[in-house]
Amino acid sequence: MPEIRVDTGEARCPAVEANIVVDCRGETCPVPLVETRKALRRAAPGDVIEVIGTHPASRKEIPMAVEALGLRLLCVEGTDTDWTIRIQR
Amino acid sequence: MADRVTIILHSGDMDKVYSALIIGNGALAMGMEASIYFTFWGLQRLQKGGLEKGPLSKMHFLGLGKWMIKQRMKKANVASLEKLMADFKELGGRVIACEMTMEIMGLRREDLREDWIDEYGAVGTYIREARESAITLFI
Repeated sequence: MPEIRVDTGEARCPAVEANIVVDCRGETCPVPLVETRKALRRAAPGDVIEVIGTHPASRKEIPMAVEALGLRLLCVEGTDTDWTIRIQR
Repeated sequence: MADRVTIILHSGDMDKVYSALIIGNGALAMGMEASIYFTFWGLQRLQKGGLEKGPLSKMHFLGLGKWMIKQRMKKANVASLEKLMADFKELGGRVIACEMTMEIMGLRREDLREDWIDEYGAVGTYIREARESAITLFI
């Protein structure tokens, strides 16, 4: 099974309009991951999904899920406790 | 080998039901398939109104310990088991109820949350699925 490696280094999120915004601020494990997955299932191919949250582990784990799902991670911005992640389906 | 997690939930303790549903949801969120086999004490959590009723596996103290942990979980904004089960089902997770346990405990299908249950099975069902799973856990 391939190892999942993701670069979660800082990258400024481009100012494009997201099609779906998932606000997970204040939520803890596993809600940010699950809500992201639910939004990705709702999204149409090409849609941009923005996830905002405050749960530190999810900042690393949502990009891992994006990689595992074979989708495109556009950017990860902010600190461990106040972050924005953008994904393209 | 399928990209699948197969979990046996033998315990009906609240904290262990959390473990099973969190791991199941995590697997689904990461693009895997997931199944949970509810057996023995775990099956009791599939009774109508039973999901949140389990005791704490340690320091239950006649319910005082559970109450304290519940308060702390509320403060940390931990999702309820009802929400985790709803998410698990929405993301395509499968729930299997152990038929032998139903017999032992005198439970009929109508006593259980049939809307959650995808299949009623026995050990053969588990083995068939587990041998094809990348991860299998006994909780």
